[in-house]
Amino acid sequence: MPQTFFGGVSFILSKYWSLFLRGTAITLVVSLTGTIFGFLIGLIVALLRTIPVHKTDKPLKKLSVRFLSFILSSYIEIFRGTPMIVQAMVIYYGGLSKALSGLHDVYKGIAAAIIIISINTGAYMAEIIRGGIISVDPGQMEGALSIGMTYRQAMFNVVFPQAIRNIMPSIGNEFVVNIKDSSVLNVISVAELYFMSKSAAGAYLRYFEVFFITAVIYFILTFTVTRILRVIERKMEGKDSYTIHGSQSYSKASIHITSESKSIIGGGLK
Amino acid sequence: MSNNNINTNNSSNAILDIINLEKRFGNNLVIRDISMSVFEGEVVSIIGSSGAGKSTLLRCINLLEEPTGGDILFHGKSILTDRKSVSSYRAKVGMVFQQFNLFNNMTVLQNCVVGQMKVLGRSRAEAEETAKMYLDRVGMYAFADALPRQISGGQKQRAAIARTLCMNPEVILFDEPTSALDPEMVGEVLSVMRSLVKGGMTMLVVTHEMGFAREVSSRVIFMDSGIIEESDTPDVIFTSPKKERTRAFISSIL
Repeated sequence: MPQTFFGGVSFILSKYWSLFLRGTAITLVVSLTGTIFGFLIGLIVALLRTIPVHKTDKPLKKLSVRFLSFILSSYIEIFRGTPMIVQAMVIYYGGLSKALSGLHDVYKGIAAAIIIISINTGAYMAEIIRGGIISVDPGQMEGALSIGMTYRQAMFNVVFPQAIRNIMPSIGNEFVVNIKDSSVLNVISVAELYFMSKSAAGAYLRYFEVFFITAVIYFILTFTVTRILRVIERKMEGKDSYTIHGSQSYSKASIHITSESKSIIGGGLK
Repeated sequence: MSNNNINTNNSSNAILDIINLEKRFGNNLVIRDISMSVFEGEVVSIIGSSGAGKSTLLRCINLLEEPTGGDILFHGKSILTDRKSVSSYRAKVGMVFQQFNLFNNMTVLQNCVVGQMKVLGRSRAEAEETAKMYLDRVGMYAFADALPRQISGGQKQRAAIARTLCMNPEVILFDEPTSALDPEMVGEVLSVMRSLVKGGMTMLVVTHEMGFAREVSSRVIFMDSGIIEESDTPDVIFTSPKKERTRAFISSIL
């Protein structure tokens, strides 16, 4: 075992690279899958929570909407108001462990991690998505309703696509948070990056070297993911350019407007 | 040219009958008691000072606001009792907004196509053909591929009018269509509206463009604090109104 810092780091890496690799893979899998399922949970919760109630609706509908909204807001408050590490213990030892007892240990850990992250992320996503929906100009919904779309059609064709574009940074942020916070799941023995690092460090009692490597891996993960999300966000902004067509009778004539030509024209197009 | 044929009260060809309409926001009675009819081919302008309830009236007619009293009949049938037919009713009663409300996530063409496909069940090809025809009519064919954020206010409003026309409505409600526009863009929107009047479109227009109201309306309604104060031909309303309030309003704006 070399005594210098970098010697220690390269020694640990050469000995435990497969451990780090597996831990990284599991961290990525559980945080990505958990974020996706969390998004779906949040989406359903947010859509249910934004259903408008009219005075003329039947009392049964009003009552069930109110009851549902109580249940959903309790879920959101409870899961946003307690730490994920505690939620993991409560859910895992409160039945999840037994429910998954048929699985091999590694898969059991992965499944439990995905379930816990999904439920936890769902509570945050629900509020992010609801915020996104209510931040879209109400005129968009009215415009859609006024041409005869139903509430559902207006929501899915007009409001929701705009909401998603607006909240894309927050959704990405949840993913980054999950990459880091999945580390708390080591308390229920999920073999993610932090858990693996702890085992590696324990073997030679080289905590500094091992966790230096771990920190670098976490940073590379989150930094890369952040860059990728930026690119996706920019893609979602829509194209900058468009083509001005000639008249319908002479449709071959056309001018292509791009952001560069716009600056040449000099702001003639708002 | 003013058009002086006031419709006789033959309710058989009334598209809309508004009966003792009332709208209350909390304790605030915005529309007190309004009864009126809109007949086929009519252009009815609604004028009056801000807060008179003009926009609220239009929004009630399109059911964007729920009336708290009275009834609205479409071809003699109440639209307030049957919630299921609201969508098909709205498709037949178009609405043009002050803030345009073009769908920001769609191009001008898609704005005109989506309703036809989702609401009227038209095929994409058919919907695009109709959309292009109406975009051409409002002079927006060239900008079919542009997003709302890439065009001017006047262009947005013309595209919004095309979007409404694509649904083949029986009547179009205009809620201050030029109020959010720069002065030089008001003209292009008014000229599109003028061409609709020539085409025989039934229109209900809330407007502050008095010249326009006077020129194209078959009837002008003056609203004041939630009621119809006076309803008559544009000539009468603008030159010899019978009511004192109308006279005060007209003299304050001319």
